[in-house]
Amino acid sequence: MADPLLTIEKLRTYFYGESGVARAVDGVTFSVGAGETVGLVGESGSGKSVTALSVLRLVRPPGRLEPGSRIVFEGRDLATLSERELRTVRGARIAMVFQEPMTALNPVFTVGEQIAEVVRIHAKASRHDAWQRAVEMLHVVGIPSPAERAKEYPHQLSGGMRQRVVIAMALVMNPALVIADEPTTALDVTIQAQILELLQELQRRFGMSILLITHDLGVVAETVSRVLVMYGGEIVEEAAVKTLFAKAHHPYTEGLLAAMPRLGENRERLRTIPGTVPPPTRWPNGCRFHDRCPYAWERCTSEHPPLYQIGAGHVSRCHLAEEPERRNQPHEPFIMRETSAGVARDAARGARENAAARSARS
Amino acid sequence: MPSPTHVSEPAERLAASLMVPATAPAASFPSGRRRLTGAFWCSLALIGLLCLIAIFATQLAPYAPNAQLDIVGLKSQPPSAAHPLGTDQYSRDLLSRMLFGARISLSVAMLAVLLSATVGTAYGLVAGYVGGRIDAVMMRLLDACLAIPRVLLLVAVLALWSPVPLTALILVIGLTGWFEVSRLVRAEVLSVMQREYIVAARGLGASGPGIVWRHVLPNVLNPVIVSATLGVGNVILLEAGLSYLGIGARAPTASWGSIFFDGSDAFQATWWIALFPGLAIIVTVLAFNVFGSALRDALDPHQLAGDRAR
Repeated sequence: MADPLLTIEKLRTYFYGESGVARAVDGVTFSVGAGETVGLVGESGSGKSVTALSVLRLVRPPGRLEPGSRIVFEGRDLATLSERELRTVRGARIAMVFQEPMTALNPVFTVGEQIAEVVRIHAKASRHDAWQRAVEMLHVVGIPSPAERAKEYPHQLSGGMRQRVVIAMALVMNPALVIADEPTTALDVTIQAQILELLQELQRRFGMSILLITHDLGVVAETVSRVLVMYGGEIVEEAAVKTLFAKAHHPYTEGLLAAMPRLGENRERLRTIPGTVPPPTRWPNGCRFHDRCPYAWERCTSEHPPLYQIGAGHVSRCHLAEEPERRNQPHEPFIMRETSAGVARDAARGARENAAARSARS
Repeated sequence: MPSPTHVSEPAERLAASLMVPATAPAASFPSGRRRLTGAFWCSLALIGLLCLIAIFATQLAPYAPNAQLDIVGLKSQPPSAAHPLGTDQYSRDLLSRMLFGARISLSVAMLAVLLSATVGTAYGLVAGYVGGRIDAVMMRLLDACLAIPRVLLLVAVLALWSPVPLTALILVIGLTGWFEVSRLVRAEVLSVMQREYIVAARGLGASGPGIVWRHVLPNVLNPVIVSATLGVGNVILLEAGLSYLGIGARAPTASWGSIFFDGSDAFQATWWIALFPGLAIIVTVLAFNVFGSALRDALDPHQLAGDRAR
């Protein structure tokens, strides 16, 4: 990619709360090329949504973009633009699609009015022209009888329809970049596939770039060309999607892949990564994943790993890059004791024993 | 994992067959409409009737409200065919005074509530939307205002005039009644601000004032409308109370409160003078309260949860 559309450098978004500074996004660097689809993957709390909001500077106080963060988009650094200038970018050049299609739409206006509003914010269009554009857009996103649907309120539409409306709002100004934050999480599986396909089809048609934020590696596998894995407010691995699925390097990525259900595999339980993402006010020293990592050794508790180059376009923030032989010595992660996985295992065992006891009695 | 190209066609057909009937019944109407009860329509009809009476008082009243018909012959007459509600101690026709009193009582109450709802909504919107230190200062100021007993404040301010002009009465009642409205609005604003469509609107390039006007205000209006409706009843009572204290609408202007005040001195001898305005006040306040409650039931977003959640 000669000249990326969006380049983010050392993005840091901190929240200043009573319990200390939450470093939700802590030095994230990546780029999105023109027409490219990039996936940003991570658990809840890994900082991926805050990253998305930070790109458009939508983080509200007490959250703050730290000085030194650069968000270069179409040759301008969004981190230094005034609010007024930013408004000409938001919705027009970069648009967002949100997770929950119900709450992303204002319940008191018809969907047509809401799409038309975006047009009227950015273009000097008459009310009538904006409305026409809204109806047209509803047609583009595959809503049947768009002229009638435009006059309906969000609650009158199904979840999949609402998400189509949200996408129509995002695309009505033909933006260069669409940031989709978990666009399919709230939808039924069949509708998920439709929405993903719609996004891809619209990308083919309009040529915009997509930054797809998700925790669902299945979604990633189907839609994106390059994946960024986030953990603890940092990028821990970046690779082309095929590379990532074939030979993930970072133990966290490995864990995410192992946690995916697969067809043809008869496992009693799904594998999980023990523990949860630590609170962003207290990232562990050294590698932020070390307390949940099955390979971690002393070095990981003290030395913060840089992004090691693994292959072409493949980087990983793991000391295993320098000491690959340690991958053969997995052990129980440091915090196995009170993890959700442990609790679940105990509960499952308890249930089995109860059932056994009952059947023995009868 | 499923590949979209595989799934899409049957899925689309399936979804199409599922979606159309699923949305059809919802398209009929938001469930709010179905909740409107008999109480709602009765109270609405009563309020409408009262408003008509107030508007057409001139046409309806058999006499001028302040006309002393026969100082000797018609002094303090009990209800009769000629004077259905009797006459007062100044030989004025009580029915006529009641009809004109409705005009004063209702207009004072409605205008004062309109004023306080507007001021309160604006104040709450600003505090809630701007947030931070400004919000903190605005709210502490409000706490200070709420610490002053309203009636005392009214008495203190209204004592400046004698007799009190109606405009002043409306202004003073209105400007002392918005504190709670603004708390309500601020709380609603804070909750609305958490919704994704506010972030979405910012993300799509809407400006701050645009967001407040188009996205926040319409979504906080329901509780304001409900509290204003309930407030009308309160203000009618308040105005009556002020009249009773001698600082509301004062003689010879007829408001229900002032007529009641005139009659209360000699309730045993001339019970009708106090009874009828008292009944009118009770019925009106009741009508507004029932209307407000029914409206709240119909508009309360929490009760529409099934409709709105997803």
